[in-house]
Amino acid sequence: MPTRIEREARPGSLLLNMGPSHPAMHGTIRIMLELDGEKILNSEVEVGYLHRGFEKTCENRTYFNLLPYTDRLNYVSPLINNLGYVMTLEKMLGIEVPRRAQLIRVLMSELSRISDHLTCLAAMAMECGAFTVFLYKIKAREFIWDVIEWTTGARMTTSYIRIGGVKADLHPDYQPALEKAISETRGVLKDVHGLLDKNKIFLNRTRDIAVMKPEEAINFGWTGPCLRSTGVYYDVRKAHPYLVYDELDFEVPLGERGDNFDRYLVRMREMEQSLRIIEQVMAQLPASPPELMAEGLEPAQAIKEARRQRPEKPIRLSPNLEGAEKSRYPEILASDPRYVIPPKEDVYTSIEGLISHFKFFMKGHGIRPPKGEVYFAVEGGNGELGFYIVSDGTDKPYRLHLRAPCFHIVSALEFLIKGHMVADVIPTFGSMNMIGGELDR
Amino acid sequence: MEEAEILRRLKNRFPQAVQETLVSLGMDVAIINKEALFEVMEFLKAKPQDYAMLLDLTCVDYLGEEPRFEMVYHLFSLSSNRRLRIKARLSEKDLKIASLTPLWKNANWLEREVYDLFGVEFIGHPDLRRIFMYDGFEGYPLRKDYPLRLRQPRLKFRK
Repeated sequence: MPTRIEREARPGSLLLNMGPSHPAMHGTIRIMLELDGEKILNSEVEVGYLHRGFEKTCENRTYFNLLPYTDRLNYVSPLINNLGYVMTLEKMLGIEVPRRAQLIRVLMSELSRISDHLTCLAAMAMECGAFTVFLYKIKAREFIWDVIEWTTGARMTTSYIRIGGVKADLHPDYQPALEKAISETRGVLKDVHGLLDKNKIFLNRTRDIAVMKPEEAINFGWTGPCLRSTGVYYDVRKAHPYLVYDELDFEVPLGERGDNFDRYLVRMREMEQSLRIIEQVMAQLPASPPELMAEGLEPAQAIKEARRQRPEKPIRLSPNLEGAEKSRYPEILASDPRYVIPPKEDVYTSIEGLISHFKFFMKGHGIRPPKGEVYFAVEGGNGELGFYIVSDGTDKPYRLHLRAPCFHIVSALEFLIKGHMVADVIPTFGSMNMIGGELDR
Repeated sequence: MEEAEILRRLKNRFPQAVQETLVSLGMDVAIINKEALFEVMEFLKAKPQDYAMLLDLTCVDYLGEEPRFEMVYHLFSLSSNRRLRIKARLSEKDLKIASLTPLWKNANWLEREVYDLFGVEFIGHPDLRRIFMYDGFEGYPLRKDYPLRLRQPRLKFRK
């Protein structure tokens, strides 16, 4: 079946395929261009190469089990995706989250935002020829991912933010790593400003290219840094504050012209604000208690002893559960046992713990929100990341829909590149930060 | 109350079309007849109401109920900082609803997505094609009667 552009192409014009496999199409997306020389007369964007049926899969998983799938949406900021899903469900269930968990959530989502912006701008700069910038930014991202790894145990697919709180407390030694990450990122941001802000080549390729007017951006449903680059003040963290964002002091950087350069600059300034947020949260976070798991009974031994009498000694948990000991539970997870996995110490040694563990994971018994529907959004790396969940009272969502911010942004690509040159596609596409997992779901 | 305000205005303007209004978990919700969808949206987008942004558009399949499908629209107003949900039911026999592409540009892709995954036809859409699934895919995967692990035959290589 011929596509639209093949039907509509003018005689004498050249049809050129960009992607789905192209070095500049990070992620798989196909752009068909109708060219007159180097000028783009018309274009058609084809998405869906990474469609994995996220929504259908989630409708067949329990509320607890579908959490890892949300990691795979925007895979450079998985913690924000976790947060969006979990907070939507918490709104439906009415769960109160402990303050320490809220602070950790803010910390983690800001770290993710920085890593998201760093990745976007690194790729964009590299595609414009600035390979040094790419290396600098990936270096800064490494330090941020170190902190994430220390906390969550994973670099990308974290599944760290859980219903009612977070999976585990921060590592006792997280603070030096975080301070290192902050200072490294600050240094890199300064270097990158120096390398790109007045760089003739970079400016020529980004200044006044693919200009978006504020009205058009709103009409296209743009949110996040791309919308703010056009000068519209809208940030979910300010407009509908969640967690502790209303207590924190940060600014929302705005652009003026809405071109590629403004999208770059807004992201750079936003990272500085995120660093400010992280510092404020760090000051409020009391240091986590030292490691508790060093010594104690083996789980198998504890189970054996518990047959006669409940053991008094502490239990040595698997290293995967570091930071999730029972004594830390009140700080990091909600107290309602219906929505939270029981601590492993209880599961190994008491019948009540074992029963609640099985009740939590048994088919048809886990988290069952009341009938109804809810929409909730957080500020993701690309903009408003919204989840719409319809519950029918069972332990699986009846319908789960994701409002993917970059779906709306990429839908404007055809409009933005019209009339520009082929080479302009690359910085324009780079500044949009298209993430295949989120776009195609 | 502000939330009552917009819903009350909507009810006064379209007494026939608005079936029910409610506030659900802090969100204003209006259930309308599908015939009036375009006029209602036009009214909401216009100045005093100023719901200038179409946040999201999706569909829910209530298999076994009549009418079976429900279109869900989320609007957002930057000036009043409020979100609004509009819902309209569609029956399986007449799976058609007006397209919102003349009002919002992102409706183009969003409606293609719903057409692709649910089979809802949008009247007035300029380019209604599948967006995620390929040409030649049969059925609508997000419908509740589409099995999770159904395999489709491989397509022949296109020339």
